[in-house]
Amino acid sequence: MSVEAGRLKSQGGQLGRSTRGRLSLVFAYVVAVAGAALFLLPLFWMISSSLKPNYQVLEFPPRWLPFPVQWSNYPEALTYVPFGRYALNTLLISVLTILGHVSSCTIVAYGFARLRAPGKDVLFVVLLATMMLPYPVTMIPVYIGFNALGWINTIWPLVVPAFFGNPFYIFLLRQFFMTIPRDLEEAAQIDGASTLQTIWYVLLPVMRPAIATVAVFGFQAAWTDFLQPLIYLHDQSKYTISLGLGFFRSSYDVRWSYLMAASFVTMLPMVIVFFLAQKSFIEGIALTGIKG
Amino acid sequence: MGKGRTREPSVRRRGRQRTRGSLARRETFLFYACISPWLLGLMLFVLWPMIASMVLSLFRWDLLSEARFVGLRNYEKLFARDPLVLQSLKVTAVYTLAYVPIEMVGGLALALVMNQKIRFLGVFRTIYYLPSVLPGVAFVVLWMWILHPDAGLLNTLLSYVGIEGPRWLAHPDWALPGLLLMSLWGLGRSMVIYLASLQGIPKHLYEAAQIDGAGSWPTFWKITLPMLTPTLFFNLVLSVISTFQTFTSAYVATDGGPLDSTLFYVLYIFRQAFTFRSMGYASALAWVLFVIILILTLLIVRSSREWVYYEEEAH
Repeated sequence: MSVEAGRLKSQGGQLGRSTRGRLSLVFAYVVAVAGAALFLLPLFWMISSSLKPNYQVLEFPPRWLPFPVQWSNYPEALTYVPFGRYALNTLLISVLTILGHVSSCTIVAYGFARLRAPGKDVLFVVLLATMMLPYPVTMIPVYIGFNALGWINTIWPLVVPAFFGNPFYIFLLRQFFMTIPRDLEEAAQIDGASTLQTIWYVLLPVMRPAIATVAVFGFQAAWTDFLQPLIYLHDQSKYTISLGLGFFRSSYDVRWSYLMAASFVTMLPMVIVFFLAQKSFIEGIALTGIKG
Repeated sequence: MGKGRTREPSVRRRGRQRTRGSLARRETFLFYACISPWLLGLMLFVLWPMIASMVLSLFRWDLLSEARFVGLRNYEKLFARDPLVLQSLKVTAVYTLAYVPIEMVGGLALALVMNQKIRFLGVFRTIYYLPSVLPGVAFVVLWMWILHPDAGLLNTLLSYVGIEGPRWLAHPDWALPGLLLMSLWGLGRSMVIYLASLQGIPKHLYEAAQIDGAGSWPTFWKITLPMLTPTLFFNLVLSVISTFQTFTSAYVATDGGPLDSTLFYVLYIFRQAFTFRSMGYASALAWVLFVIILILTLLIVRSSREWVYYEEEAH
């Protein structure tokens, strides 16, 4: 084939491709917008229902917008059970678990990313394997252990394990360590800094985005976790917000406007954190999701 | 800071060979010191519980009275005399078989759409991803209301097109599909992963395809899909493992009912352990779960040799 013919052919291809490209772009917009509407609809429905007077909630066909707007649903739902208390409990648990995860996982991840030692590769495979370990497999003996310590109905079973690392966060932080050039630490070590000093003064400032990611995931886990609080926390005064909402659900089954108000309030902190830390979320999930 | 400098001459005096040995030993020590929190956690929260769980599965114990050794009787009951085990395995397997493919194909399709260089990508991505970060219980309670048979959103929408919606979570045939629909609201998570992976495919591959005059369909099959297989594989493993452990939606929305139609396996373990306090039997159930998940994972890993494309092989 001559050069001329090749060029002609590729030009023809380009032309066809650009119209086809435009069509597929239109199609993409249609799908994206329709999908987004579909994904937002449940949230709209929740907020709308949460503001309806109770007699309107079960009307058929339902109204899309509440009228009159019943703001009092919120204070009423939130005082039915002590949601403020639950939120504080959850906050305490998240702060402590984040502290535990960040302090332990950073050091462990540093070891895996930077130091050479016999047995390291095997241990790293073990670490990855434990990421896949189903929680129910160890749930019962761990419960019995905490029971023997007298820790049932306290927050310790939810908090203490965080200080022993978490494979997912260790992996995430290790991946992050690997992207940092070694020059920085080598310079510090030549100046005689110890390992802990190197981590603290040299690496931590650079690692801030990764640590933020761990903190954000930790907050989400504490806010979202249901099975563990369900097993360990029995006093209503100690409930986390998810557990409290579950309890609220089973006790006030029929008042959907209250339930939607309470659900919305439970979701709100997560929504706010998500908007503030979206980048951390998406990078974190992409980092661990792809490079596995 | 001066310390390191004063140490150097003494190190030099000892000769290079020994220095390297002791440095390596120091590094080994440091490595194990660094990972010690995790190693300790591994013993306390993984290895010991797994062994304890195996031992426990040979006993009958309610945590209050004395534990009684029963040999393999828990396993005998599990495999031969407890119809709920089979039921819960069936529910879990059917749900996993339905959910995982829909999640993968749906997430991938959405990601491909998003990857068309459309504007406001960030906004769309946020909207799709938002439901996956919401607290599980609130997510489930909201969907119980959406799936409400009389005044729920879904049946309202269906009524607009003249369909009388089923009774969803209240009907044994429709409860599991209802939970499935619910979970699909969390599809955005896999979409974000695929999208990041799509954006990581080197541009020069597409340029080469364009020069060769390849259309968009062959380009997808010959470049995009093979380059995505490692991510698809990883996501498949995680998705199967996590779907097999479905708990919150079943516990909150249906409590396994109606007629055990949503009795997920982990919900059944939970019941045996924390409602009936049969710690031994629940441990046996948990071990069976572990073996099932292990086998499933190994099967997927083995199959991956056939369909996962690793770049390193090509070089």
